[in-house]
Amino acid sequence: SLSPSLSLSFSLSLSPSLSPSLSLSHSLILSVSLSHSLHSSLPLSLTVSLSLSLSLSLSLSLSLSIPLSLSLSLFLPLSLPLSLPLSPSLSLSHSLCLSLSLSPFLPPSLSHSLSVSLSLSIPPSLFERLLIKGGRVVNDDQSFYADVYVEDGVIKQVGENLVVPGGVRVVEAEGRMVIPGGIDTNTCLNKAYLDSPPVDDFYQGTKAALAGGTTMIIDHVTPQPGTSLLQVFEQWQEVADRKCCCDYSLHVDIPQWDEGVKDELEVLVQEKGINSFQVYMAYKDLFQMTDTQLYEAFSFLSNLGAVVLVHAENGDLIAQEQKKILEMGITGPEGHPLSRPEELEAEAVFRAITIGNRVNCPVYITRVMSKSAADTLTQARRKGCVVFGEPLTASLATDGSHYWNRNWAKAAACVTSPPLSPDPTTPQHLHTLLACGDLQVVGSGHCAYSTAQKAIGKDNFTLIPEGTNGLEERMGFVWDRAAALGKMDENQFVAVTSTNAAKIFNLYPRKGRIAVGSDADIVIWDPDRIKTITAKLQQSALEYNIFEGMECRGVPVLVVSQGRVVYEDDKLNVQQGTGRFIPRKPFPDHAYQRINTRNKVIGRQAVSRGVYDGPVYDVPSTPKYITPAPSAKTSPTTQQPPPIRNLHQSNFSLSGAQVDDNVPRRSGHRIIAPPGGRSNITSLG
Amino acid sequence: MSYQGKKNIPKITSDRLLIKGGRIVNDDQSFCADIYMEDGLIKQIGDNLIVPGGVKTIEADGKMVIPGGIDIHTHFQMPYRGTTTVDDFCQGTKAALAGGTTMIVDHVIPEPGSSLVEAFERWREWADEKSCCDYSLHVDITHWNDSVKQEVEILLKEKGVNSFQVYMAYKDLYQMSNSELYEIFTFLGELGGIVQVHAENGEIIAEEQARMLEIGITGPEGHVLSRPEELEAEAVFRAVTIASQTNCPLYVTRVMSKSAADIISQARKKGNVVFGEPITASLGTDGTHYWSKNWAKAASYVTSPPLSPDPTTPDYLNTMLASGDLNVTGSAHCTFSVAQKAIGKDDFTQIPEGVNGVEERMSLIWDKAVVSGKMDENLFVAVTSTNAAKILNLYPRKGRIAVGSDSDLVIWDPDLVKTVTAKTHNSAAEYNVFEGMELRGAPMLVICQGKIVLEDGKLQATSGLGRFIPCSSFPDFAYKRIKARKQLAVLRAVPRGMYDGPVSDFIPMSRGATPSASTRSSPTKAPIRNLHQSGFSLAGPEEAPIRPAGRRIVVPPGGRSNITSLS
Repeated sequence: SLSPSLSLSFSLSLSPSLSPSLSLSHSLILSVSLSHSLHSSLPLSLTVSLSLSLSLSLSLSLSLSIPLSLSLSLFLPLSLPLSLPLSPSLSLSHSLCLSLSLSPFLPPSLSHSLSVSLSLSIPPSLFERLLIKGGRVVNDDQSFYADVYVEDGVIKQVGENLVVPGGVRVVEAEGRMVIPGGIDTNTCLNKAYLDSPPVDDFYQGTKAALAGGTTMIIDHVTPQPGTSLLQVFEQWQEVADRKCCCDYSLHVDIPQWDEGVKDELEVLVQEKGINSFQVYMAYKDLFQMTDTQLYEAFSFLSNLGAVVLVHAENGDLIAQEQKKILEMGITGPEGHPLSRPEELEAEAVFRAITIGNRVNCPVYITRVMSKSAADTLTQARRKGCVVFGEPLTASLATDGSHYWNRNWAKAAACVTSPPLSPDPTTPQHLHTLLACGDLQVVGSGHCAYSTAQKAIGKDNFTLIPEGTNGLEERMGFVWDRAAALGKMDENQFVAVTSTNAAKIFNLYPRKGRIAVGSDADIVIWDPDRIKTITAKLQQSALEYNIFEGMECRGVPVLVVSQGRVVYEDDKLNVQQGTGRFIPRKPFPDHAYQRINTRNKVIGRQAVSRGVYDGPVYDVPSTPKYITPAPSAKTSPTTQQPPPIRNLHQSNFSLSGAQVDDNVPRRSGHRIIAPPGGRSNITSLG
Repeated sequence: MSYQGKKNIPKITSDRLLIKGGRIVNDDQSFCADIYMEDGLIKQIGDNLIVPGGVKTIEADGKMVIPGGIDIHTHFQMPYRGTTTVDDFCQGTKAALAGGTTMIVDHVIPEPGSSLVEAFERWREWADEKSCCDYSLHVDITHWNDSVKQEVEILLKEKGVNSFQVYMAYKDLYQMSNSELYEIFTFLGELGGIVQVHAENGEIIAEEQARMLEIGITGPEGHVLSRPEELEAEAVFRAVTIASQTNCPLYVTRVMSKSAADIISQARKKGNVVFGEPITASLGTDGTHYWSKNWAKAASYVTSPPLSPDPTTPDYLNTMLASGDLNVTGSAHCTFSVAQKAIGKDDFTQIPEGVNGVEERMSLIWDKAVVSGKMDENLFVAVTSTNAAKILNLYPRKGRIAVGSDSDLVIWDPDLVKTVTAKTHNSAAEYNVFEGMELRGAPMLVICQGKIVLEDGKLQATSGLGRFIPCSSFPDFAYKRIKARKQLAVLRAVPRGMYDGPVSDFIPMSRGATPSASTRSSPTKAPIRNLHQSGFSLAGPEEAPIRPAGRRIVVPPGGRSNITSLS
């Protein structure tokens, strides 16, 4: 029934060339015959829609409630500029398409109006059709030769001798690797230090990402203690929507733990598409959580199905060490690693894993910077704990000897937490663990502060803002240090730079894989080209690159993001604000399948015993109960957190503590020989 | 050597004794020789000794003569909610002697907030009055502030205490925060004391206990369920980290689980100065009894950290003892009657904690480790006596059979088989956690302070004879390495030119130390913040007036120059 109108619109579309050819929506492609016709010009299809959109809005309002607002915008072409800046229109168009596919009997003019609405909401020239020919597709499980056809930002076909429409741009891969675009799981592109933002914002940062072959970033939302997580999250999302030029998602850091946070977390998980939250074991008196709070946070988040990211360092000890080091007169950047030795990292990793294991919650250790932390993690995995480790570009490519550099600015540039390990064998060790699967994901921890910003701490290393670059160099170093040396194969390279991250954060297979239906985030990788890293040629706005002068084998030749070629011949072709927020669902299988099974299996049961009716030693009722210990006096130094005490206290009063307990009613002598002699369950024979 | 506390002892120590035909077993070698003792000291060792007449001679018939055991961990007469443990110093030391242990080290547990020295004196009084064998004391640090610091110094320098226990468990009571632990470790590391830790993560235990009670588990099995062994391992790991950070020797009391022992062994392999002490109960039995249907029996096993439900644990710990990864054995003897345990009949968190073991300790290790061929007799002496003496800085006075050492000896019969039962044991407890075990190896004769106290299975101990043995600081066994490392580990600043490039403008923080993105002060903490604040104020306020604010960041007037230039 659709075909006659198709031919009609097709003829119309030929005449005006002003409309971009990229106005195709997802659903339109589902019905192939339609998609060809819809190169339609704006004015013509608009007139059609005007006449018929009434019926459209009606039918839609019946099936879906949300699209109503959008269909209203279809009526008047005048209101179009208003709907342009609204970013949610994209997701709405998706829902519209769904309703269309459900009701194919609608007149075709309906779909015209729809296509118009899409072309309006999406910036022009975003999608294009692309055929990558003659490449070797490398996924995390296998490599094979195939062509890849991309349309509308989605991979449509993978195989040989594909049948594709004419007018498609063809890229010759010439036998090079075609890999899924990288996913950087750890960036801080909007994290202000003392109110001054980092020099790489979302635009600058994602440009660097794309130039390095990374097509998606997951940024950390870092609210200050006392602020609303939701508000800060929305603020972050707004900035990122405006500036990002590749897809992004967000982790939310939990700066402190209280009841209010719980509600916000629930909203974030269930409505906002966030499934990962970071907690801190360092930064005493600021972000640091106690073990009790960690326990509560872990159990709460595991019920929500979120992944807990842990910044693992022992903040208490760091504070002590910092004081000591400053007292000794060490104020330069070398004080930073001296006050944060790697065992503090290993200790915190151990503790985090213990807590995670107690409450049966998957733990993701961000920033694995030292051998001992990585080893601790490895051991835990061998015991069966669900734990993931993320080394950073910096820890994989350089070491902490630079902290002793005579040039203050260079030394300060390396300041990050946990610090780079002064042990020069660390990078090799971490690469080995990445290769054997004990560490899973590579992030960059990209957080760029200028030298002037770093100089805030010129007289006191504890004030130096923390963060290094690494977003652009990430993929290259993993290739150079691990794959090029034969430590890992190309498939494992894809796994650690992209696929594993997608699996852990529930983006797979939309991201992290080259397959039909996946997003068209694709990189053509040249494993042999050598690049020398220098601040002069980088995308980042930093004036100093901590990898300055290093040679790195393996670079992206061509980068496709959202189906569009954004990097080619060393040139970037990006546009601010094209990045989409990718929502993530809770309970990622990769982390939670085991957890869910274990939750079912573990059941604790009390032993059913007869009631103990032997003599009971008389104790004066004490207000305090918890600790089974030789004394019940309250210590003057510590306060008791109310929530836990209440539980117990109420529990205890059941067990017999009464107002008159202090009154000696038949007390005393019951202990030694009760009147009836020893009997019942108490008898020990 | 000074003999404190000797004043009111009548002339009993002048017994002269000759042990003939025994095989002397020290921790380093075994050899056949006679031993002559006088005045409570070993005077001569060798063959064909020339001794005065009228000496009582004991024929050892080729049996082993070993240094008397040292039980480095007991809780005799420990106050608990207005009562005390059923074994007082008399009863307890009698049990010790019956098992071949001739010296005990008891824990002084001051109540939080009270004076350490006073508590120490009180314990001295109790022990002097009743103890039948030599003793020494550990002092537990149950709270931490400056006055405690001074008291610890007094105890170390004047009172003869060189070991102090801190707790990582017992939230809101004894538990120390990481910062406090760091301070204590630093302090004791400088004074030459030994830090003992009770290693369990108290915060998580509190959470788990609440959870267990919530799901309706109130019996003794809740005890072990709420204190899983990883919490022990975690705390051991943390303690090791702090000790290594502060360069202080660490002594982990009550190693109860495989994973905790593994952590200690790993740390030792990395070079940390760490000692681990399994106790009789963890070496001899396991935690499956917590699920016993008999409440009283299940409750009698309650101790902290709990016995591991993994039945292979005792075997594993014995292996670690034999390989030298664990060094000393204690008993943590702390006995409560069933009625006392029944305080917690409806709530396992109320059950007073403690198991017996002072009497069974030596026999059990012999049976489990030596008889099975895991360790030799010399290592047996080392783990039951010599290592403890070395850590306490009492070696070679105790823990060795040598001329000049105290005559605390045991003639050990490696083949004597005894069945442990509450009916015949010397403790006052109604229940023995080793009930029914057949143990091979037992003392035939025990000499304490040169006097025979156990012969032919008969105990003739006199209470009040025990002397307090003062321990001096900086035991070589622990501190030689520490001292050498202290000399090496000197941190130095890098001499640089002054940074004179542009400085980004910032609001001086009101709070120092924390390198982070915000100046907000956290609402929760109070005591430690002060320390930082003072530390910071040196650097902070200085900055604000000198530096003119504003635009200096982006392009300073003279252009970028000096050290800031990055090429």
